[in-house]
Amino acid sequence: MVEGLTIAERRTAMIMLGVAALVGLVMAALGRGDPMGVHGFIVIGAALTLFFVVGSKIYEPEPSLSRFESYYDDPTKVGIILALIWAVVGMAVGVWVALLLAYPEATIDAPWASFGRLRPVHTSGVIFGFGGNALIATSFHVMQRTSRARLSGQLSPWFVLIGFNLFCILAATGYLMGVTQSKEYAEPEWYADIWLVVVWITYFVLYMRTLARRSEPHIYVANWYFMAFILVVAILHIVNNLAVPVRFTTAESYPVFSGVQDAMTQWWYGHNAVAFFLTAGFLGMLYYFLPKRAERPIYSYRLSILSFWGITFFYIWAGSHHLHYTALPHWVQTLGMTFSVMLLVPSWSSAANALLTLNGAWHKVRDDAVLRFMVLAAVFYGLSTFEGSFLAIRQVNSLSHYTDWTVGHVHSGALGWVALITFGSFYAVVPLLWRREGMYSWRLVELHFWLALSGTVIYVFAMWNSGIIQGLMWRTYNEAGTLRYSFLETIPPMFPYYVARTVGGALFLLGALVAFFNIWMTIRATAPRQPAGVSDYPTDAPAPDGNVPAE
Amino acid sequence: MSVLVLLIPVTFCLGLTGLIAFLWNLRSGQYEDLSGAAERILLDEHDAPAGPVAPPPPHGPRLSTRTKE
Repeated sequence: MVEGLTIAERRTAMIMLGVAALVGLVMAALGRGDPMGVHGFIVIGAALTLFFVVGSKIYEPEPSLSRFESYYDDPTKVGIILALIWAVVGMAVGVWVALLLAYPEATIDAPWASFGRLRPVHTSGVIFGFGGNALIATSFHVMQRTSRARLSGQLSPWFVLIGFNLFCILAATGYLMGVTQSKEYAEPEWYADIWLVVVWITYFVLYMRTLARRSEPHIYVANWYFMAFILVVAILHIVNNLAVPVRFTTAESYPVFSGVQDAMTQWWYGHNAVAFFLTAGFLGMLYYFLPKRAERPIYSYRLSILSFWGITFFYIWAGSHHLHYTALPHWVQTLGMTFSVMLLVPSWSSAANALLTLNGAWHKVRDDAVLRFMVLAAVFYGLSTFEGSFLAIRQVNSLSHYTDWTVGHVHSGALGWVALITFGSFYAVVPLLWRREGMYSWRLVELHFWLALSGTVIYVFAMWNSGIIQGLMWRTYNEAGTLRYSFLETIPPMFPYYVARTVGGALFLLGALVAFFNIWMTIRATAPRQPAGVSDYPTDAPAPDGNVPAE
Repeated sequence: MSVLVLLIPVTFCLGLTGLIAFLWNLRSGQYEDLSGAAERILLDEHDAPAGPVAPPPPHGPRLSTRTKE
C-alpha cells in the first residue's frame, strides 16, 4: 500500500498524520476526565500507528511512473477488508442486542453493555462501518472503470477511507462510553461530526475531479447514483448536526432546533439517509455489477436514468412520514405520505430494470451464486420499497408505527437489499482486484447465499408477526371502551418471535463470517493465476516493476 | 413549524441542483447514445485507464482524451 506512493507523498502523509496526532493530543488535554479525552488518545494511537507504518517504509523503492497507467485499487482493497471487519463486528453486536430483547439477563453488569449503548454500535457499525466502507470502496472502483480514468489523487483516497473509519471508531467507542446526541443514526457528538464534514467534502471533491478527467465522454448512470449519495449525505449531515457544544472540552452539545422542529429535521435527515446512503449508493453498485456479472447491458438504460431522477426528486420530501400522528402539522405529514407513495414508481422501475436485464440469462442465475446475490437483492429492493410506500400511508402507519413491523421493514431492506448487493459485488470484484481466477471456494459462496437468504427470511417473518400482533394488541379495546391490554401484557407474546429473530440474525452473521473467511483465503491464495478470456484483468502487460498490486 | 423555513429552501436548492445537472446532461449530449452507454461498460479488455498516459505533472496539462462525438 505504502509502496504505491512516492517518497514525497509518503512525507506528506507523515506530516498529515503528525498533525492528526497533535490534534488528538489537544483533545486529550482539553477533554481530561471526559470521553472526549479518551477519543483524543484514540486519535493519537491511530495517527501514530499509521505514522510508523508509513515511516518504516519511507525509503522503500518508489513506484515507477507507470503507476498512472493502471487504476488505483489499493484504497478499494483496504476498503473491502474494512467493510468486512465492520460487518462482522456490527452484526455480532446486532445478534447480541437481539438476544437481550428475548433474554434480558444475557448481559454483563457493566454500563457499556447496556442495550441503549450497544444498539447504536450495531446500527452505526452496519450502516456506516459496513455500508459506508463498501460504498467508498466500490464507488472508487466503479468510477475509475466507467470513466476509464485513474483516481485524481494519490493521498486523498486514503484520507477519505481512513478518515471515515476514524469517524466510525469515534462513533462506536463514544456510544460505549455513553456519548450520544440522541438522534437516531446521527448519534456522534460535535467534534466527530465536524471531522466527518471534512472527510466527506474531500470525498466529493475527489469524485468530481476524477470525473472531470474521464476518458469516456458519457457519465455512466452508476456514477450519478454515487454522486447523489455523496452530495446529499453531506447536506443532510450538516443540517441535522447543527449544534452548539456546551463547552469545547466535553462531548456534549445541544441541537439548535428543539421539540417538533428537531424531530422534523431529524427525520428529514433520517429518511434521506435511508434514501441516499442505503439506496442511491447501493443502486450505483447494482447498476454496475449486475450488468457486468450477467455480461449483458442493463435492460433499459433510459429507464435507469428516469428512475435516477425520479428518486432524486421524490425521496427528499418523504421524511415526514416518520412523524404521523405527532405534533407535526397535518399537511406536512400528508406531503411526506404522498411523496412516499409516488416513490414506488422509480423504485420499482429500478428493481424491474435489474430483473429484466436477466431475460434470457436466467440459467446464469441458476448456476452463479454471485449473480443470485444480486438478483435476490433486487427482489428484496422491490419488496421493501413496496412495503415502505405502504407503511408510509397514515392509516397503515397507525397500526405499524412503533411496532416491530418497522424493524422488520428496515431489515428486509438492510439485510435483503443492502447487504446482499454488497456481498454480491464483493464476490464479483475481489478476484478481479487481487488477480485471482475466482473465489477461494465457490461452495462457500453458495453456502453464504443460503445462510443469508434463510437468515433474512426468518428475521423478516418473525418481525412481521410480532409487529402486527403488537399493533393489534395495542389497539384492542374492551366493552368499557378502555385498552384491553397493558403494555407489559403485550410483551410476553413477542418472546418466540424475538428468539426467531436472534436465530435469523445469527444465520446472517454466520454468512458474513463465511464471506470473510472466503475472501481472506482468496486474497492469501499464492501464485496469482492469469486466466485467459476473462475481462477486467490487465493481462496484456506484465505488472510494472515495483508496482505489483500489493497482496 | 419555523424549521420548515430552513428545510424547504434547502430541499428546493437540492432539487434545483438536480435540475441544473439534468439540464446540463441534456445539453451536453450525455443522453444521445443510450444503448451505447449501456454497452460500453461491458467492454474493458484492458483493465487500465484509457488515453495517452502522461503521468500528470502536478500542474501540467489535464490528463484527458475527451473527444467530442
